[in-house]
Amino acid sequence: MSAAQLLLERRAEYSVIGKPVPKVDGDLKVTGAARYVDDVKLPNMLYAKVLRSPYPHARIKRIDVSGALRVPGVVAVVTAHDFKLGRLGILQDHPPLKGDKVRSVRDEVAAVAAVDEETAERALEEITVEYEELPAVFDPIEAMKDGAPLIHEELGTNVAPVNFTFHSHPPEEIERVFERARAVVEGEFRTQYMNASPLGTMGVVAHYDSAGYLTVYTNTQAPFLYRRDLARVLGMDPMRIRVVQTEIGGSFGRGMDLYPPDVIACLLSIKARAPVRLVYTRQEELMYAPPRQPVIVRMRTAADRDGRLLAREARVFLDAGPYVSWGPYDGRVMMVTTTSMYNVPYVSYDAKVIYTNNPYTGTQRGAGNPQITFAIEQQMDELAEELGMDPVEFRLLNANRPNTVTPQGIRITSCAMAEAIRRAAELIGWRGRGSLGPNRGIGFACYFHVGGGARIYRSDGCGAVIVADDFGQIALITGSTDIGTGSDTALAQIVAEVLGVPVSWVRVVNDVDVSLRPWDVGTHASRATFVAGNAALMAAREARRVLVKGAAEVLGVSEDDVELRDGYAFSRSDPSRRIEIPKLIRRIHFRERGNVVLATAFYDPPNEMQDERWYGNISATYTFGCQAVQVRVDPETMQVFVERVVSVHDIGRVLNPLTAEGQVHGGVAMGLGLSLYEELVLERGAVVNSTLMDYLLPTALEVPPDVQAVFVGEDDPEGPFGAKGLGETGTVPTAAAVANAIYDAIGVRPRRTPITPEYLWRLKREKGK
Amino acid sequence: MYGLKFPHSARTREIRFVLNGSETSVRVPPGYTLLETLRYVLRMTGTKEGCARGDCGECTVLVDGVPVHACLTLMSQVEGRSVLTVEGIDRQHRLIRAFVEEGAVQCGHCTPGIVVAAYHLLSQVPRPTEEQVREALRGNLCRCTGYVKIIRAVLKAGEA
Repeated sequence: MSAAQLLLERRAEYSVIGKPVPKVDGDLKVTGAARYVDDVKLPNMLYAKVLRSPYPHARIKRIDVSGALRVPGVVAVVTAHDFKLGRLGILQDHPPLKGDKVRSVRDEVAAVAAVDEETAERALEEITVEYEELPAVFDPIEAMKDGAPLIHEELGTNVAPVNFTFHSHPPEEIERVFERARAVVEGEFRTQYMNASPLGTMGVVAHYDSAGYLTVYTNTQAPFLYRRDLARVLGMDPMRIRVVQTEIGGSFGRGMDLYPPDVIACLLSIKARAPVRLVYTRQEELMYAPPRQPVIVRMRTAADRDGRLLAREARVFLDAGPYVSWGPYDGRVMMVTTTSMYNVPYVSYDAKVIYTNNPYTGTQRGAGNPQITFAIEQQMDELAEELGMDPVEFRLLNANRPNTVTPQGIRITSCAMAEAIRRAAELIGWRGRGSLGPNRGIGFACYFHVGGGARIYRSDGCGAVIVADDFGQIALITGSTDIGTGSDTALAQIVAEVLGVPVSWVRVVNDVDVSLRPWDVGTHASRATFVAGNAALMAAREARRVLVKGAAEVLGVSEDDVELRDGYAFSRSDPSRRIEIPKLIRRIHFRERGNVVLATAFYDPPNEMQDERWYGNISATYTFGCQAVQVRVDPETMQVFVERVVSVHDIGRVLNPLTAEGQVHGGVAMGLGLSLYEELVLERGAVVNSTLMDYLLPTALEVPPDVQAVFVGEDDPEGPFGAKGLGETGTVPTAAAVANAIYDAIGVRPRRTPITPEYLWRLKREKGK
Repeated sequence: MYGLKFPHSARTREIRFVLNGSETSVRVPPGYTLLETLRYVLRMTGTKEGCARGDCGECTVLVDGVPVHACLTLMSQVEGRSVLTVEGIDRQHRLIRAFVEEGAVQCGHCTPGIVVAAYHLLSQVPRPTEEQVREALRGNLCRCTGYVKIIRAVLKAGEA
């Protein structure tokens, strides 16, 4: 890096970094011009519907689709017997169409493509399937017992072959620490099934054309892996598969995997030789999209008499449903929080992943972290109370500090956890336990999350290409996708800052076939702005070199003397010598032996794949924060009203306060849904509340007027312009903080979510006995 | 009419109405809703489908100035009336500008319906209070923003 660049990047006053720059896709979305997957319409497009099992567990004896084929308007029908298909999922345990056995009521048995949706639906009724029902199991603890019905007989057990175990020391040694501790708290915590409920439902339009190319329009979050998995499952050459992401109508983790409907739409298109659309209705979304992983956590935490944490042990049970998608892998996120959120020397963690006949689960914003934080942060309050300490002081005493290596090998660099705790206490007006009087209370919860990518695949990288056209428009072609968070705007700001041009000159390109985009592992783990931002920064520096060299020639000054700012290249020593950047680009381009302004970069963060003991520094940096929540509980109805939320985050430098605050507000709202309102209610594995009247998303009336997003901390050494990731963090501590606030208000401790009035009433009644 | 989302039988009827200020005529079968007509016949995809049963507010449009769920409005109810969709609100309108400038949009799927609902509120109450904004938007679900900036944007547009 040249001295001039160093100067530029360390300058306190940036042109666009840190400014409330409106979203680059704002106009597109607010005017309704954006096109989502449900807006895609191709000539001769067919509509698909899927036939699912009515039984949670059954053997398929016979499938007869001839009736469906006779329905006028039906073009294609598929079952497992038509194609030789690979399996889906991390463990490859999930057939996209089920041919011999169904393991849940959402299992796909056949699908129809027809000229319209109603015809397709009518044709499903003409398909005959003969089943032999099998005994089913819906409780993960029951499913582990001998004699439980086996979901995958060939395994001989319902415990999935996934090992999530970590011990900092031999178990006997950890046990001795618990025995000798001054205070030990112990409890079981449970969280619910939640639907991600983006307003845009999941869907795909697949088009297998007569030249043998398959083009797929999808709202996945991981388009590169999607293409790879699709090729493997279909047995197709990936070079014949084109994956295009439409505008994403929200995702929140739902789009992490390749799912059966994606494959089914492709199969129908291959059979019909026509485009096939398979977009979930809201009811299908609630019933069949992968829900957030529910958890059972049995946790113990120990402290000495000075209030220092000594040991923590977590035993976690994760109901995978019949197939392992990303939900159960929340287990390893939960592991890292258990070992590394606070300074605790002895840790023991074990998560079991259990097959049942419930829905298979996905991951959702926070990826297990809200679930485990619900347990950890309540135990922090319990321990503080037992030791007679203030919960804020107790947290401060045990908070992680910068430059710490945790027992699991997590290397904490920038960390303003203590400052976040202090700020949250100050802004909420904390004056100690019970100080708000009866039925009103304040609760705190901290969080810890990956903020510098997460190496869950071998690559955690992202590529960037910058190319300038001769009007001066700068295209940033990125592997990364903005799923609504504002990451594209952050990328545009980074490029604009380095090249000294207005943000409006930068066009972020990610709406094309992935083979025209440089690799990215996907939008997850709060990584887009950090990883893609660093890639964009590197490419922008490269492009800047080309511009500076050209400007030096054109202006007749040395390269060190060239500054780029406000759309001009100019001499720092004589600012009257200047040229507009678009004009400069044309000068570089249109001359003998000319050149285009084209730069590439690939950034793979300096983090580690964890070893077989789960030891290793999974992220290049981490985010920390503390949330304070004030609630009022109606003593008659036990209804909880959230009055104030102060959400303090150390995310390094804030690249854009507008979008950063938006991430916190939205994350808090989703956390309130988890805490108080949302739950997919299952009956023998089937979702019974499958409308938005029955599944309660927070509305404008539930989210309190006073949600304060506060940012603390310093520039992160590895982040682009010092920034760390932030997409998930608002969601992580909310449920724990709400639970602690309820305890402060009415003296009962909710250990499961959602914390409904009925549940609180039961707790209160039990306490009164 | 190959390729429509819904069966398009021969028994269609012509329906005339005013759409965003323009005289419009469509032929639709009985039972077609305004949402289906907008999205699948007229190909105006600015109005989104979120649930198709009146729970989420994504398809909010104005019929003779009154907000309705387009998914629950039959075309026969629209005959001879005036419909406003998000496409009928100018990009420079203070409400659209406020949404963009305040960062009141994330994934954007719910935004058109919310903009139309807020447009109606401002036509009735030019300077609403925060409580009035919340009340007016209670029927519109948003999963991304937590509503904070949406409410701020509507209040800002109301001050203009």
